[in-house]
Amino acid sequence: MTFLSTIKAAALSAAMIVSVALPSAHADEQYFPLQSYRVGPYAAGGTGFFGGFIDYLNLINIRDGGVNGVKLTWDECETQYEVERGVECYERQKSHAGAAAWNPLSVGIAYAMIDRITADKVPLITVNHGRTDSTDGRVFPYVFPLLLNPYSETSGIVNYIASKEGGIDKLKGKKIVVLYHGSPYGKETIPIYELLAQKYGFTVQQIEVPHPGNEQQSQWLTIRRAKPDFVVLRGWGVMNPVALKTAVKVGYPVDHIVGNVWSNSEEDVIPAGDAAKGYTAITTQASGNSYPVVKEIVKTVYDAGKGNLEDKSRIGSVYHNLGIVNGILNVEAIRVAQEKFGHRTLTGDEVRWGFEHLKLDPAKVEELGAKDLFHSINVSWDNHEGEGYVTFQQWDGKKWNVVSDWIAPDWALLRPIIEKSAEAYAKEKGIKLRTADDANAVTTN
Amino acid sequence: MAAITNDVPSSLVLPKWIAPVLLLAFAYGVVPLIGSSYLFEAILLPFLALGLAGVGLNILTGYAGQVSLGSAAFMAAGAFAAYNFNLRVEGLPLVGSIVLAGFVAAAIGIVFGLPSLRLRGFYLAVSTLAAQFFVQWALTKFSWFSNNSASGVIDAPRLSISGFAFDSAVGRYLFALTVVSIFTFLAYRLVSSQTGRNFIAIRDNETAARIIGIPVLRTKLLAFAISSFIIGVAGVIWAFAYLRTVEPDGFDLDRSFQILFIIIIGGLASIRGAFFGAALIVVFPLALSRLGGFLLGDVFDSGVLDMSQRIVLGALIILFLILEPDGLVALWDRVRRRLLFSWQST
Repeated sequence: MTFLSTIKAAALSAAMIVSVALPSAHADEQYFPLQSYRVGPYAAGGTGFFGGFIDYLNLINIRDGGVNGVKLTWDECETQYEVERGVECYERQKSHAGAAAWNPLSVGIAYAMIDRITADKVPLITVNHGRTDSTDGRVFPYVFPLLLNPYSETSGIVNYIASKEGGIDKLKGKKIVVLYHGSPYGKETIPIYELLAQKYGFTVQQIEVPHPGNEQQSQWLTIRRAKPDFVVLRGWGVMNPVALKTAVKVGYPVDHIVGNVWSNSEEDVIPAGDAAKGYTAITTQASGNSYPVVKEIVKTVYDAGKGNLEDKSRIGSVYHNLGIVNGILNVEAIRVAQEKFGHRTLTGDEVRWGFEHLKLDPAKVEELGAKDLFHSINVSWDNHEGEGYVTFQQWDGKKWNVVSDWIAPDWALLRPIIEKSAEAYAKEKGIKLRTADDANAVTTN
Repeated sequence: MAAITNDVPSSLVLPKWIAPVLLLAFAYGVVPLIGSSYLFEAILLPFLALGLAGVGLNILTGYAGQVSLGSAAFMAAGAFAAYNFNLRVEGLPLVGSIVLAGFVAAAIGIVFGLPSLRLRGFYLAVSTLAAQFFVQWALTKFSWFSNNSASGVIDAPRLSISGFAFDSAVGRYLFALTVVSIFTFLAYRLVSSQTGRNFIAIRDNETAARIIGIPVLRTKLLAFAISSFIIGVAGVIWAFAYLRTVEPDGFDLDRSFQILFIIIIGGLASIRGAFFGAALIVVFPLALSRLGGFLLGDVFDSGVLDMSQRIVLGALIILFLILEPDGLVALWDRVRRRLLFSWQST
């Protein structure tokens, strides 16, 4: 009965797993559950981002001995960007004590976690993506689309196109095609493009590319027929290089394609080869390894053989730098919260308070060694995005070159739309709007 | 496989209803007391949902012999229909939404079952693929289905029946367990009825079935309808009790294959088989992944581990199908007989 013995072995291992499922945290550790993805169609983004994040946590541990002596720990659970795997990872990792914040880097997984993390009172960070109306901290106390929510990104891109055309009034009569990834992430900006099109008088046509997006012939033939002035590429993973190559094939000029914040990495353009030359994309964090914090990571972490990226040429790439910026934001939020609650392992709710008081002005960013890597952030209890600035970079075939100043999205225009959507959600779910006093009431154990 | 003669003395065989009743008593009485939230949220809820989907597909494929690759589409139809009934019909209780969602899935099942009147085997499997792609496309294309939500992701409503809310993990487990038990019982009654025998007759020899007077056309469509109904309800459990959020991408072709593998591994034409298969498909990868993470997590990164788990899992499934092509149910019965014999001979 060979099969019986297999089953027996499986049962034994299952018993073993149950017995080790609840590891206890030491008194002064802060734990990061990482729902990462290193295989599947989005592995390039996952390895870069989580690599940068882990590298920064390692830097803090090695250089500073943790945050005020509190060591940072983490473990990884592979999600492959799939929702039910993300949920399983959440259930698996949440039993670990001292969780600081969740960073799933997937809109689908983040959506599935909102109810769960709200009940458990641990912050959910969706840097540069996520559910736009979670910016409204009155309705989503534990969700933080830090730096740039999808609507701000849209506003930034439209303003950039306007500046290329010579002013916002020149948008009238222009035609923009948005090519978006067929996922919750990709669809998030459909209504805001329609709204901005109405407001500024341009026409917009939004075309979906089904996940994962490795075949786009028909979409680009449609674009060729539509003859738009600009194409906004709202892609993710393999969809991006395929889009650029197909654009060349149908003869659409690549310098009239503007990439969004998840179509802006080296992994998006290098596979496209020459087809990507002249392509422009928005970003919140510049690429390159000349920033002091990146240099320190190379010196302290990689030279000690503890670097997370296997391919060292990816150090300082867009995703790696985003992971580093995400690390800075998480660590600084812990630091802020520690100043209030003490230098110890914090509860999720205390870390939430830290994020809601996370204010890094350009001077502080420079102090952290990240000047020009990203601009600044200013999170408050009701604004969970934190007014991130964007810039545009152009690919010259070898590297990204910054081609604009730091631009502020039109927050005043977007805020009422976000509030309206958040309030509708609150009504549907029966959520009472939070006030500043509620935000200051913190669960400390 | 060699046939095993069933010559255990009848005095030793317990009445048929004992095992399910004991199992249910354990599931209702003991599991909620000892289980952790991980057990409910990550293991039992997907197990129950996929197990019920397996029961549904088994009626169609195992009993009636019609291969289908559209199971995930019927799950999606059920989940989205329940969401929309719940949203748009004032005062409709949750149970009403679930039953109506079942009927919607059944209707779609009948439409896509029509080709089965002309097509068989692989050709039918390919034509049910149409259901898979069409339903997913329609749910993505028309944002009405997801209440014009910006990202196409819908939040499942709270589970509550006449004022009692099943919000906690245990509550949702009990809710899912109840629904799954009811429909599994109905499916069990169905397959041992005349209709169930008609299904088997059509599977085994369609011409012979026609000659002895079984209405082939009606019976096939009935199989599609009942199967889709149950799979639709399983979709509601998956969306409302397990994930609590739904997007069309969660019901892709991979899910259809998963359900097909569940019944092949568990055992075709067996109600229990669906649950055996679901247990293997849900629990085994998790056990493997946790074991791998525990033993080698410090040495390799999670990507390498995940890839090796797939290799191990795939190899084990191949090995298993070679050793026991009749599925886990056959294995289980063999083990039970051996135990009974050894007990008897002592």
